[in-house]
Amino acid sequence: MKQYFHSVRLDKEQCKGCTNCIKRCPTEAIRVRDGKARIIEELCVDCGECIRTCPNHAKIAVEDFLDKLKDFKHKIALPAPSFYGQFDSKHTLDEVLEALLMIGFDDVFEVALAAEVVTRGINNYLQENQNLKPLISQACPAVVGLIQVRFPLLLEHIIPIDSPMNMAAMYAKRNALSRGYAPEEVGTFFITPCPGKITAIRQPAAKNHVYVDGAISISTIYGQVLKHIKDLKGNRKLQKASGLGIGWGSSGGEIKAVKHGTKLAVDGIHNVINVLEQVEKGELRDIAYLECQACQGGCIGGSLVAKNPFLARVRIDQLVNKGTNPQLEHLLETVDLSHCLLKGGLQPRKVRNLDENLAEALVKMEKLERTLEELPGLDCSSCGCPNCRALAEDIVKGLALETDCVFKLRKQVEILAEEVLKLARKVPPAMGQRN
Amino acid sequence: MSKFEQEFTVASLDFAAAGQASSQIKKLLQLVGYQPLEIRRASIAAYEMEMNMVIHGNGGILRVNLGPAAIELTAQDKGPGIPDIDLAMQEGYSTAPPNIREMGFGAGMGLPNIKRCTDFIEIKSEIGKGTTVRVVINASQQ
Repeated sequence: MKQYFHSVRLDKEQCKGCTNCIKRCPTEAIRVRDGKARIIEELCVDCGECIRTCPNHAKIAVEDFLDKLKDFKHKIALPAPSFYGQFDSKHTLDEVLEALLMIGFDDVFEVALAAEVVTRGINNYLQENQNLKPLISQACPAVVGLIQVRFPLLLEHIIPIDSPMNMAAMYAKRNALSRGYAPEEVGTFFITPCPGKITAIRQPAAKNHVYVDGAISISTIYGQVLKHIKDLKGNRKLQKASGLGIGWGSSGGEIKAVKHGTKLAVDGIHNVINVLEQVEKGELRDIAYLECQACQGGCIGGSLVAKNPFLARVRIDQLVNKGTNPQLEHLLETVDLSHCLLKGGLQPRKVRNLDENLAEALVKMEKLERTLEELPGLDCSSCGCPNCRALAEDIVKGLALETDCVFKLRKQVEILAEEVLKLARKVPPAMGQRN
Repeated sequence: MSKFEQEFTVASLDFAAAGQASSQIKKLLQLVGYQPLEIRRASIAAYEMEMNMVIHGNGGILRVNLGPAAIELTAQDKGPGIPDIDLAMQEGYSTAPPNIREMGFGAGMGLPNIKRCTDFIEIKSEIGKGTTVRVVINASQQ
């Protein structure tokens, strides 16, 4: 039985076994076996790099379809801050939100609003916890997963504050309940830029309660919104969030809101790995807050967005500059910040080591180094592994053969061919002279 | 008793490459499957031992010797040697030149940190010949 839920999946029909995805995966979670890609579930963090890289559209994200809305009487849309970046300035934000209501939602609660609450929570936390540095944002689920898999020693650096998405869902539900709806009648749906958030809904890393009922990708809903938006007059005033919350949609948005200490924003999962390796070494100890986004550009660069991230960034920047809303400021003063705090800790992922037994593991380690010496060191991925070291590891774990390596196979064929040639030249005495 | 050994060369005053050997050692420890706390302690010790060879020891060899009950690290250099080992072990005492301190190193915590993170430490040094630092971190199966 599968232990993990992953929204990132393989469409076997489309997969050609080209090995492009293997090299981009930040946790080396993909192998090609029997001509098809295979995702190792305990290593996958649903970052979406493979979705981006696959030239055959074989990597997809499983989401909830719009027809799931009919399971609920009162349906609330939770648009991600990056959602606003998908539409250019000729549409007001009120129109964008109203279009969501026309599609079938009964209400809308901006995740950007919840982001402003979370920002306050973070500022508070930073003030009270100045000893451990840097503190790392929990906003990006792919980064949290990455740390659980590759940097378990940094888990304690992650700020135990809930995501704006979950907070928004909580507020939205509370709101609906106070208006008389029963809990099972209310459904909240996150409009997501990425698969990481879809997975976070079904299987939250911190194992906390999730108030979100489903996820619909921006790329799916975009067309629907555009269809309805031209018929709108823009009469309803639905938009409440200010620039500070909307800024969360692009890289650097979180740190703009943070007040205390030195901060750094990193985007792109390979850059995040680079920076986290520095943190592990003990560098960046003067940085108070580290914003890490798996996608280049931040959430607007997610693998499930509709608009070019650079264009989206222009739009988000425009919206960020519209400043804060004094009414909102007043509202935020009264919010109970203890709701943001997550209680459970984050556990490292149980990743398959060489062996459960240390002594056995050491023997295998020795064998790994010997095996690696015999491999060509080209990291060509013809064997279906990301590099030669991964193949050596798989061989030692009994998951692959030395002859999976094309170069080793060719060498063995060459040796066999030479043997055959030698034999062909030997003439049995009874056959006499031959030309 | 199954053991695994690997050696890494550390270059003198090469700050771009500094930390790479201890980084690889950490990956090794993670793959073999030691406890997270043991990995952390050994990684800190390995890093400080590596930096000492980069800054003071004229470069050298960092050797890791792994067993099911212990992680052993040996840093061997052919540097100037340590005249007074007890003094060198004092927190805050450093012989790092000003240009190194400007980079943020030379706080005088290297050897004390290594001692704190390890279960056994042995320092042998000869002036003009070199220094060998050997440490052991105990490991447990879980």
